[in-house]
Order: sequence, then C-alpha cells, then structure tokens
Amino acid sequence: MIATRPADHYREIAALTRAPVALMEVCGTHTMAIARHGLRSRLPPALALLSGPGCPVCVTPAAELDRAALLAREPGVTVAIFGDLLRVPGSLSSLERERAAGADVRIVYSPRDALAMAAADRARLVVFLGAGFETTSPLVAATLVRAREEAIENFLVLPVFRLIPPAMAALAADPRARIAGFLCPGHVSTILGTRPYEGLARAHRMPCVVAGFAPGEILRALVLLLRQIAESRAEVENAYETAVRPEGNPTARALLDRVFRVADADWRGIGRLPGSGLELREEYRRHDARARIPVALPAAAPDFERGCACGAVMQGRCAPADCAHFGTECLPAHPRGPCMVSSEGACAAHWRYGGAFRHG
Amino acid sequence: MDEQIRLDHGEGGAATARLVREVFWRHLGGPPFAEDAAAVEGAKELLLTTDAFVVRPLFFPGGDLGRLSVCGTINDLAVAGAVPLALAAAFVLEEGLEVAVLEHLVASMAAAAGEAGVRIAAGDTKVVGRGEADGVFVTTTGIGRRIAGVRLAPDSCRPGDAILVSGPVGDHGIAVLLAREDLGLRSPVASDCAPVGALARAVLAAAPGTRCMRDPTRGGLATAIVELAAAAGAGAVLHEEAVPVRDAVLAVGDLLGLDPLYVACEGRLIAIVPPVEAAAALAALRRDPAGREAAQIGEIVAGGGVILATAAGGHRPLHALEGAQLPRIC
Amino acid sequence: MCLAAPGRIVRIEGTRAVVDFRGVRRNVQLDLLPAAAAGDVVLVHAGFAIQRLDPDVAADTIAALEEAEARLRAEAERGGPR
Repeated sequence: MIATRPADHYREIAALTRAPVALMEVCGTHTMAIARHGLRSRLPPALALLSGPGCPVCVTPAAELDRAALLAREPGVTVAIFGDLLRVPGSLSSLERERAAGADVRIVYSPRDALAMAAADRARLVVFLGAGFETTSPLVAATLVRAREEAIENFLVLPVFRLIPPAMAALAADPRARIAGFLCPGHVSTILGTRPYEGLARAHRMPCVVAGFAPGEILRALVLLLRQIAESRAEVENAYETAVRPEGNPTARALLDRVFRVADADWRGIGRLPGSGLELREEYRRHDARARIPVALPAAAPDFERGCACGAVMQGRCAPADCAHFGTECLPAHPRGPCMVSSEGACAAHWRYGGAFRHG
Repeated sequence: MDEQIRLDHGEGGAATARLVREVFWRHLGGPPFAEDAAAVEGAKELLLTTDAFVVRPLFFPGGDLGRLSVCGTINDLAVAGAVPLALAAAFVLEEGLEVAVLEHLVASMAAAAGEAGVRIAAGDTKVVGRGEADGVFVTTTGIGRRIAGVRLAPDSCRPGDAILVSGPVGDHGIAVLLAREDLGLRSPVASDCAPVGALARAVLAAAPGTRCMRDPTRGGLATAIVELAAAAGAGAVLHEEAVPVRDAVLAVGDLLGLDPLYVACEGRLIAIVPPVEAAAALAALRRDPAGREAAQIGEIVAGGGVILATAAGGHRPLHALEGAQLPRIC
Repeated sequence: MCLAAPGRIVRIEGTRAVVDFRGVRRNVQLDLLPAAAAGDVVLVHAGFAIQRLDPDVAADTIAALEEAEARLRAEAERGGPR
C-alpha cells in the first residue's frame, strides 16, 4: 500500500530539501490543486514550485482569441467554448465582451455537446474553440470523426491545441528556467503514457515524475523528485499508477493521428515552438473554421501589455510576485495578463490561494 | 470603477461590493446599504429590507422564483434578529408570459410566506414589451420587528467565537446551474431554498450571546465569512473538513471545476456565537429537521483575513468571490 | 490543465456509457476506451472516458465512491436528501 496521506510526506519533503531547489508543475490543474489545498504553506521555503505552461487559456496566442471574437461577430455563427475561455482577452476583445454585445457564445462541458448543437440547427455554423493539450485534443478528434460520419457539415473547429512534451523540452533546455525537476501532468500522461518523458530525462538530466491530483498524490510525487535530486538520478517515475500506464491510451493517440497532424505553433508568452501544435488533416479540413470563415485579423496582435511578466512566469524565470503589475494593477478583478485571467493561471492561483501567504 | 455593467456585478462578490460602494453609497450614503436589513429612523425596533430576484429557469429542483423571492427577503430579516411583519412584492412581467406560470409562482410565494407566518400585504405589477424582461422579475420588500433584547452586530465578534452553519452548502447554486445550463448532468441535488427564521430563533434562544448571523447566498459560504470578518474587524479560520457539503455537490464541483465554498445557498444560516454557547446553539440547530446537518466550521480569530485550514493540513486565504464561477475543464 | 473525475460505469449503451459520479450521472463517450465495461471505474474528461482506473492501486478512490454510493442508498431509504 502506497502512503497517500499528506501528513506522511511533509516531513520527508522538509528533510530532502537541503538547499534551494525549484521544481516545475507543468500542468495548470496541478497549480490549482497545490494552491487550493494550501500545500505551499507546509513546504519548506527553500522548495520553490514553479507554475508551468500547461494552462491552455494562458498560452493561446492573442491572435487566435481575436479570431474567435471575430468569428463570434459573424452572422449565423455560434461559438462554443469551455468556460475557461470566456474571459481571456485577445488584443481586440474577449468572448465575454462579444457575448455582452449580442454574439452567440455558449459554454459547453463536452465537444460532443457542441456537435449536438450543430446537428440540431443545420442553418447555423457552430464553431468549437479547440484549446487544450493531449488530454483534450483526442476528444475533439473523436467528435470530428463522428461529425464526418454523420456529415454534420456545419460543425467547425478552430484548433489551437498544443503539445506538452515539446514545451517541456524547450524549458528543460533553457538555463534561465532554473528547473531541477518536472512534476509531469497526470491527465496528459493518461493519453501519452510515460515514454515521452524518457528522452527529456536522459538528454537534459531532468528528473520527471508523473503525478495525480489529490494532495497526497502531489506530495508523494514531490518526494520522489527530491529523492532523485538527492541521489543525483534523472529518471521517469510514475506516481499516478491508478490512471497512467506506461503505454498511455493508444486508441486516443490513434484517433489524434487520424484527424490531426503535428505543426509548428506559437505559445503566448513563450514564442514559436517547432512541432508543438496540431492542424487538421486534408480529410477534415472542411471542418476547419480558419478555412471556412475568413475574418480580417488585425495586422498585429500583441500577446501582452508592456511590463506583463506572464511569459517569464510560465517559463519558470520568475514568480508571479516578481511582476511589477502583480497585486497592484493586475488583479483578478481587472486582469492585465492571461495568467491572472484563468483560474488555473499561475498569477490567479497565487493571488487567490496565496503563494506569498504563509500562516501558522 | 468599471465602465459598463457586467454579469459579475450581480454575482454578490467583489464586483458587486465595488458597485455598491462606488455608485450607491456615494449618492445614498453608507448606512442604509451597509447591511442587508436596516433600522428604520424613528422606529428603532423595525428593520427594513428589499431584494430583487431574477433566476433562470423560473422553476428548478427544490424551488422556483416565487419561493426564492419570499425566502430571500425574510431570511435577511431573520439573520438580523427580526421577525417578519409584512412583505410587499413588485412584479415586472414580460408580454406573453403565461398566466398559469405567474399563478404557479404566486402560489409558491404564498406557501413560503405561510411557512414563515407572514403575509404579502402590498404589491404592484408592471408589464414590459416582449424581450424587455426575461419572463418575470420580482422585487420583495420586508419589514420586521427585532426580537426583544436581541442586538446582533458583527463588531461584537470576539476571538474564539464559534462559527456555525445550519446545513450543507452549495445546494441551491448547483441545482440552478444544472437546471439552467445544458451540461447533461443529472443530479439528486435540490435547492435548499427555505425560510431560516425558525433556525435563527432556535439559535437565539439557545445562545443568547449570539454575536451575529448571515445567510450565505450569492458568493457562497466563503464570501459571506470574508465579508462578515471584514465587518467585524476580525479574522476567521474555517476548517475544510468540518464544512458540510453533499457528495453530489462535491462531484459536480469536481466535474465542472467549481469550489462549493463559493456556490450559493438560499436556506442556510451562519451564526457566530460565544464559545461557551456553541454546543447549545449547535444542538438547537440539529433539533430542527432543516438543521440536522448543522456543524461548527470554524472560529473567529484576532487580526484580519479568513484562512481555510485544508483537509491536507495546509492553509490558504479565502477571498470574496471575484466573477461568477464558470464550468471549466482545465 | 485537464480536470478529470472518476466515476463508475452503470451501463453501456452502444458507444457511450451512463457513468455515476457520487450520485451525479452523465452520458459519457467511450470512443477513447472502447473496451470499458459496466462496473469499471473510469476517469472522465469533458464527457469522454479517457482511462480506466486500476482497481489494485486505486483502492482509495474506489472506496470513496463506494462510501458515497452507500450514503446515497441510505438517504434514498430515509426518503431522499433534505
């Protein structure tokens, strides 16, 4: 039986943290869980947990959000989104503002709900804003396969999916990121398995531990990372054995490969990463909102306001509190950067749940 | 101040507080809006409160707009330590509304008022054109008489005081969310929408030293405690494991990424009582079937801010709700 | 970046399943997990089952689900939740 109770782990983490060390939780859901359970308040000050780029809302380029806003303005178009995306500003607008101005923007729980919307009203074009990582993109692939089978031609996707391993490789290669180990994303790994991290661990001497999302699971993964560091090992370990198999979910990956192909992609705050995005294959191109509904994008769509440190935060180069805007001009009430908009964004999580706040 | 009204301004969180402060208080003066129920000048035993109600859909598991509009107002009186004397109701009806729908809502209002032993004594109706309102909007105004000898004020809270809640939190918000949004979730959660006057009187009888009470509506338990602590000039610690939350509310929270501490209740009571009276107040709540799952969830502490002691043994600060919680997948 | 919740498959209807999450039910697509069977505990993300939980190592998760199921049955016998 594996110990998963938090109390079992705090002491060992403290004992293993002999010198300042920074670990990165790549996944935004880990960022949220760490903050929500108040885990930082029980970790030694020398152990820094950096919030990584695994927040789709944070890394979707402003230009793509502008495109979604412009699509929503088109007559006869419904834009269906996950609730996370409603408030994120592009350079022009946000979908929340477009909805207030009369656009048909709907929050759905599943891409299948957006497909059902399209099937129910063939006169409207339903555009699903496809943001997310390898956990989410296979679902959208499955939905597109169904749309093809049933010839639901008015179901479109604006694909802005990103791939996690290329982003991790870029961070691992960045000396300014000062990352000593990765807490690997649990649910992405249910699809990918543990093998994509092997090369990373070897090439960059980077300890990698796949973690679940319960407090005990996260803490146990931190223990495993700190043990690797203490013993000068750099391996891939799976601390989310309940849901993650070494081979991942091959059915999901096959669906992904059937519908999408890998392409270069821009990450808000990080820049262009080769082979880190997905585009629709020819057979599915008729469902591509980019191709089906042309819109006039602004010539330039700056990703950030001047002075915003979101990019550096997501690359582990600084903490939210190091940003001059954090907690002064940039607050959840009037966010200036994407990491403050998304509830799983590093800045919002630190603000709401108190990265800087220690008690007792 | 924000330039335009957004939906967040109606969610009862920090945006609402800014709107009240920067528009209403500026022109109307602080005191009448400082509390949900206010004393009437020249008649110190009387309390006055008003509330506007809009809900989509009009009918949801456990209640409807009619029941909500009565409970919301009489609960504001109840938590101020008053017994409701009379209600007035104003209706804005949209052209085309079916009379049968209106009748159903009004019958619900009568039933809820009956449960609380109060009459709806005055009313007004306006009809607006199709599309200018969403079916029915109801505003209710209540007048109540303070229970003799009861003086509730947040600034009477002292470190060590116990924080009690009368039942599981988040039922109303989850029931309405699932009824409104087409999320495909089927849940056994019904709104807790109910008058809390009997629970409030039970607490006051068992714990005469009760400092103050609140009903955690919009913004949920966390926002209510944050606002209460700020008004008290004190801090508070809540214990995550002690807060009653139904399994199904937790499950919806896990699926949609919602924090139950920020989900609305419409039939729960928060009471701050001196430590020596905590056990008696809790027992009194639990004797009422509506308070069967009442719990002591935390304490008032010196200093400022509200801290949640998490089940994982950590601490985190609680803030007022900022922006409506949206179903999310990340 | 990806919320997923564990639930138990109540029954299978073609390519989808009815899944119970501590009393909350939803239709869940099985496109990514075609071999899933009734009784399996699966992880669900945005309406799709993405992985089956291993009953040997997911004992805590499964025990929590079973406790919730037992509480629901008890509540139903008492006449439903208040």
